[in-house]
Amino acid sequence: MNELKVSAIKEGTVIDHIQAGKGLKVIEILKLNRTNGKTVLLAMNVQSKKLGRKDIVKVEGKFLSEEEVNKIALVAPKATVNIIKDFKVVEKFSVEIPSEIGGILKCANPNCISNSEYTTSKFYVISKEPLKVRCHYCERTMDEGDILSNL
Amino acid sequence: MWKGRDVISIRDFSKKDIEHVLKTAEKLENELKEREALDYAKGKILATLFFEPSTRTRLSFESAMHRLGGNVIGFAEASTSSVKKGESLRDTIKTVEQYSDVIVIRHPKEGAARLAAEVAEIPVINAGDGSNQHPTQTLLDLYTIKKEFGKIDGLKIGLLGDLKYGRTVHSLSEALAFYDIELYLISPELLKMPRHIIEELREKGVKIYETSDLEKVIGELDLLYVTRIQKERFPDEQEYLKVKGSYVIDCALLARAKEGLKIMHPLPRVDEIHPEVDKSKHAIYFRQVFSGVPVRMALLGLTLGVVE
Ligand SMILES: [Zn+2]
Repeated sequence: MNELKVSAIKEGTVIDHIQAGKGLKVIEILKLNRTNGKTVLLAMNVQSKKLGRKDIVKVEGKFLSEEEVNKIALVAPKATVNIIKDFKVVEKFSVEIPSEIGGILKCANPNCISNSEYTTSKFYVISKEPLKVRCHYCERTMDEGDILSNL
Repeated sequence: MWKGRDVISIRDFSKKDIEHVLKTAEKLENELKEREALDYAKGKILATLFFEPSTRTRLSFESAMHRLGGNVIGFAEASTSSVKKGESLRDTIKTVEQYSDVIVIRHPKEGAARLAAEVAEIPVINAGDGSNQHPTQTLLDLYTIKKEFGKIDGLKIGLLGDLKYGRTVHSLSEALAFYDIELYLISPELLKMPRHIIEELREKGVKIYETSDLEKVIGELDLLYVTRIQKERFPDEQEYLKVKGSYVIDCALLARAKEGLKIMHPLPRVDEIHPEVDKSKHAIYFRQVFSGVPVRMALLGLTLGVVE
């Protein structure tokens, strides 16, 4: 399958192997959907040996922070990140769901103290597949649906 | 190490921790039999911060601190404190810890005790955070069971009532999973124990039977832990009345129980246990209330570092 239907980027990041349908969510959590932002290319429903169908996100001129990589892992746990310099892949790695998630997720429980007091949210991953986390404060568990809507 | 430790969630406890608290409580209870008040916590100050009222729990902690020879300051509800003026929990804790050596907190929001413990340098004990945890209740329940039966292993224990929303039965069953017991979960269909808790208990080796029929299993049990069924949980009143009626403990029902069956209840009760049961040999719920004092003495003494 020819991926070059989507044009190559000179410098930046290609997030590959995103489960089909999650590409837009990846763009959303990285806050790339801003009119004054970077150039973003999204390919949806691309044929993939690994996933059947996949989405790909390419961002010109952007390199990801660790926090952003962790966020991607929660949305697209099978994603691979390619760092591009001068049209070449200079580094490639798979995202990994961390055992603890700090800061990037909001607790789904409206009565949780972390939603009303100044705190850094913290969650423990109790299962990676299906994804399930427990809030450090209120001890409630959140499943994938809760997590995606609170990133 | 107990000195300086926080008591926030039963999840933070190992079996060894639990056993140590129970043993310390027993030791302190025995010492109290010889002397009315002890002096382990002499010169120490407990701050009881009750952001929502719970008179029983507060009095139990205050009694425990006085029996240890210490002093108590605090407030009984948020409306009388600076909280009403909009002060953050963080600031309240930072202030109160300047005046005290240990904090007991009850708060309507889940996770409040955990946050308080992170902010405070001194130990924090959770006396209930919203619908989440109430670890001292769980420990006093275990203490009562151990005291009444001399052991926890080998017992057939029934949990009755609202098993879906009841935090007391959730924490208690998690703690009981450390022991070799059989659990009978008795509740209306609508209020069954959540699946994830049952799975967790089974993984830890607890034998579990689920039923909605109390009469069918009453003869099997060594211990029946009764909790209240709240009307608000039901879509209509008729359904509620039907269910409520089938879970009232009275002497007629107890005629079919084992001789040695004991009945516990976290109190306050409404009408799930008939008052005629109070004088029967099965009723231990007022002795259970008493257990709160030695158990809280143990926790205060251990976290203050004045009891080993
Ligand atoms: Zn929470």
